Amino acid sequence: MPDKTEDIELTLLLEAIYRKYHYDFRDYAMASIKRRLKQACAYFECETYSQLQDLILHDESVFPRMLSYLTVQVSEMFRDPSYFLALREKVLPHLHTYPSLKVWIAGCSTGEELYSLAILFREEGLEDRTMFYATDINTEALKKAEAGVFAMDRIPLFTENHRKSGGKTSLSDYYTAAYGAAVFDKTLRQKTVFSDHSLVSDAVFAEMHFISCRNVLIYFSRELQNRAFHLFTESLAHRGFLGLGSKENINFSKYRDAFQDFSRVDRIYQKV
Amino acid sequence: MPVIVVVHLPRDKESVLSEIFSPKCKLPVVEVQDKEPIMNGTIYIAPPDYHVLIEKNRFFSLSSEEPVIFSRPSIDVLFETAADAYGSALMGIVLSGASPDGAAGLKEIADAGGLAIVQDPATAAASVMPEAALLSCPTAQIMDLRRLSDYLKSFSETRVCA
Repeated sequence: MPDKTEDIELTLLLEAIYRKYHYDFRDYAMASIKRRLKQACAYFECETYSQLQDLILHDESVFPRMLSYLTVQVSEMFRDPSYFLALREKVLPHLHTYPSLKVWIAGCSTGEELYSLAILFREEGLEDRTMFYATDINTEALKKAEAGVFAMDRIPLFTENHRKSGGKTSLSDYYTAAYGAAVFDKTLRQKTVFSDHSLVSDAVFAEMHFISCRNVLIYFSRELQNRAFHLFTESLAHRGFLGLGSKENINFSKYRDAFQDFSRVDRIYQKV
Repeated sequence: MPVIVVVHLPRDKESVLSEIFSPKCKLPVVEVQDKEPIMNGTIYIAPPDYHVLIEKNRFFSLSSEEPVIFSRPSIDVLFETAADAYGSALMGIVLSGASPDGAAGLKEIADAGGLAIVQDPATAAASVMPEAALLSCPTAQIMDLRRLSDYLKSFSETRVCA
């Protein structure tokens, strides 16, 4: 069957984005990219992907907004509380045996998971020995992560999640409410390095004890997932931990054998 | 043929649908996994809190994108991506439900040459969903559950059913 015109245009658009802006979405899972680019077409009032390509190539000012369509920034603090409970009860006791720790939040988006982990590590007495690396390809999202300001109407959900994750303190200890927003305590990020990093095109940058990369790999093709798992394998210290999203798994990857299940239901793996 | 099922469920509970349906179905019933190849003769259930999308090379992808019409998984997201991947080799069925989710997607299935079927709203426990689907896709065939069941049983192995 010949390619639909729309699919030819899609390939060309992603190639144009790569060559002009060096963001490589060419090997992403296409069904989701296509949906989001359709939303971008509607927003930019373009009839076709070709029109969108024209706009993007000739008006650099639209690209940051375009990037917000290409990357999914849906997150919440302590999302899937059972994951954080498993970290608290099962993984952190192992991490306690190290004198210093490095933790990588790969695809940190607007920072919800970073603050969740910082609070968890503080509650469990590990914060002082830990460096956090929060990376994403979307620099606008990274700026928001660094600011640590979340809309107040999201706080009840975050609070409930934190409680279910076995939280030992009150979430309200960590933020100040002002003008409809919760501003998180900046000491939570005093040991965090925020950085622009791509799992698609960048290399390993430090040896990690724990990598949390949740609901990022679902947007990748299997080939790209393999590249990311390769990075994680190279980056993790011996017996380091990898945490994935609740419906992600390493089973279809060629790096399956580099890891053993540590807490299968919580998608926590340990490098062997 | 593969069968792919979306049921709106609370997001914070593990779905037990596959456990409920497994003993009642001759075909294997499993929850969709990300990047899993789509196999004939298998019934796939969407997991709670994730959209299910169909890739052109016959794989599933999951997504945490925003809910659509307050739903994740969304029927529209499944239908639209399935219509794009399978074209006329697809059947879309909208059953009872209390939201208009699925209406836009069913029209895309019909527009791509696939077969659209809607449960007779008069026989549905909640008629909002089939009524919305008929409004959006007036060419859809209307069936009650008994007829739909006979119809599906008579079907050959050539179509995908979402």
